[in-house]
Amino acid sequence: MTELLLRAIFTDNLALAYFLGMCTFLAVSRRLETAFGLGLAMIVVETVTVPVNNLLFTWLLGPGALAWLGLGDMDLSFLVLIASIGVIAATVQILEMVLDRHVPWLYRSLGIYLPLITVNCAILGASLFMVERRYDFSESIVYGFGSGLGWALAIWALAALRERIDESRVPKGLRGLGIAFILTGFMSMGFAVFGGLQFG
Amino acid sequence: MASLNPLAWWRGFLRLPNDSPAKTAGVALLVALACSLVVSVTAVTLRPLQNANRLAESSAQLLEMLEAMGEGIPDTHMVELATGAYVNRDPGTTTELPAERDRAGLGSREDVATVYELRDAGKLRLVILPVRGAGYQSILKGYLALKADLNTVAALIFYEQDETPGMGARIEEDAWQALWPGKQVADAGGVIRIEVVKGAGAGLHEVDGISGATRTGNGVSRLLRFWLGPDGYGPYLDRLKTESSQ
Amino acid sequence: MSDRNRTLIDPILVSNPVTLQVLGICSALAVTTSLSTALVMSAALIVVLTLSNGIISLIRNHIPRSIRLIVQITIIASLVIVVDQLLQAYMFDMSKRLSVFVGLIVTNCIVLGRAEGFAMKNPPGASLLDGIGNGLGYALILVAMGTLRELLGAGTLMGHTILPAVADGGWFTPLGLMALPPSAFFLLGLLVWAIRMIRPEQAETAPNGKIGEEGE
Repeated sequence: MTELLLRAIFTDNLALAYFLGMCTFLAVSRRLETAFGLGLAMIVVETVTVPVNNLLFTWLLGPGALAWLGLGDMDLSFLVLIASIGVIAATVQILEMVLDRHVPWLYRSLGIYLPLITVNCAILGASLFMVERRYDFSESIVYGFGSGLGWALAIWALAALRERIDESRVPKGLRGLGIAFILTGFMSMGFAVFGGLQFG
Repeated sequence: MASLNPLAWWRGFLRLPNDSPAKTAGVALLVALACSLVVSVTAVTLRPLQNANRLAESSAQLLEMLEAMGEGIPDTHMVELATGAYVNRDPGTTTELPAERDRAGLGSREDVATVYELRDAGKLRLVILPVRGAGYQSILKGYLALKADLNTVAALIFYEQDETPGMGARIEEDAWQALWPGKQVADAGGVIRIEVVKGAGAGLHEVDGISGATRTGNGVSRLLRFWLGPDGYGPYLDRLKTESSQ
Repeated sequence: MSDRNRTLIDPILVSNPVTLQVLGICSALAVTTSLSTALVMSAALIVVLTLSNGIISLIRNHIPRSIRLIVQITIIASLVIVVDQLLQAYMFDMSKRLSVFVGLIVTNCIVLGRAEGFAMKNPPGASLLDGIGNGLGYALILVAMGTLRELLGAGTLMGHTILPAVADGGWFTPLGLMALPPSAFFLLGLLVWAIRMIRPEQAETAPNGKIGEEGE
């Protein structure tokens, strides 16, 4: 499990190794404060949606999942995509309501990016990877949390870097988006180093 | 008048203000119905084609491997894994594998498996065993071909894996698969020793690992040991050895 | 240039979805390790984008505001499932190589972005063109990256050897980094730089007003 957690955070980092959630990653990483809030929101949404989608797959959509209803021959896995999005949309909606009532400053600062988590490929991607790798329920919780944390760490790091680099002399054509990509490339190399860790 | 009603009703529905509850529910329902119809029809129509693709792929790989060795079409046999005996039908049952026996990370394994044999006038020349197991991040599927002594590897191929591209995924490459022919799975005492090592392999039981893909290599070692062991094709191979020595 | 032509041509270079609108990056980086996957992915996206733009535009006047997003997503998701199923049936090997990324077209910001930003406000004809145009803009970036990464990373294009590798008796040492994620980021950064040199109006000004002392 530790290995799964460390892999999810570092070597299989959704943003830096699989390029998921890039649009929001680049758009929100200009300011550390907003990035911090978004990262937290991602962790919460991932930790909730991956296990819930796992339950959905195990008991409803996967091959042989409906055996408890006597329909063991059915394979509804082609519906995983749309069912996962449904779960994600519902979770984000609930999170929005909770934030609005209890953490209004975060709700305001996240603005449009909170509902955009619904279509953040990182959230959907984590669920799709979970299905592809056939994780069980407890693995899904670890993987959901780990992948959310990994993505959050990446965006926090990039936001911190970008705030600093805005003070520097960057060539005109590279300013903003271009240098953000190059920075992310270096971060990606850094995170890949963890792939060399041996576990027993 | 009656024939105009559905059309008039439809137009009336369209004229409703968009945010009215009736329109909202109606649009939601219609979109859901239309999409489910399209998706289900596509999935059901295309399923047989997709299944055929999957089947064709594994048989194609098997035949390709044999062709590369200069061999022809093998005989197919169904074998009961627990006893190693030939059977005529596959009841489709599986056996759960407790953690200490589940070296390949499969969870459970089928009770009856399909194996392939090549014989010259009744004498065994080649045995091909479908093998699979957990790699670094995906299930690896392949075929192990053993020569008549049931110890020397004739070939090992993997046709399905989802490992890291450029590293673990290279177990599908010819260059790595070419390292296997001639290796021996067990030592003189009959203990299964074949494994993928880190770096260069020494001797008949070690195969060079792929750099950066240690975990995938370990997965290969584990799945081979499982399938050659008592929970895999072990009993079947023992039976073949007894027969050939008679 | 007529309005229709502009809708089609603009997104290719002038307002490219990937390099200017900053949309659809995820898949642009992930499936560009080889040219063939880049091409199939581009084709899949163009199909989904065009059809979703067209369908959403057709019903745009009747979508209630409260369920707008979910209706759009449902239509897009259904189209993606259909394309994925077709790939699994007719291009099986390719579908395995693309793995989850075809499914991720659902969350591809380009599709939702154009649905919300264009199809909801424009007639079907223009929306279809907008879909094709943005799809082609996306394809341009993907093909450029796919070509570079496969050529420099393996010496091949579409599987055919162009630069004979040292391992096969040639002179070319493949750049292993090209198969790995960091190279995609670097290449895209350099591509953005190149486009903004051709079109300097796309370059960003520093957020605190400093243009920098580089003097260009």
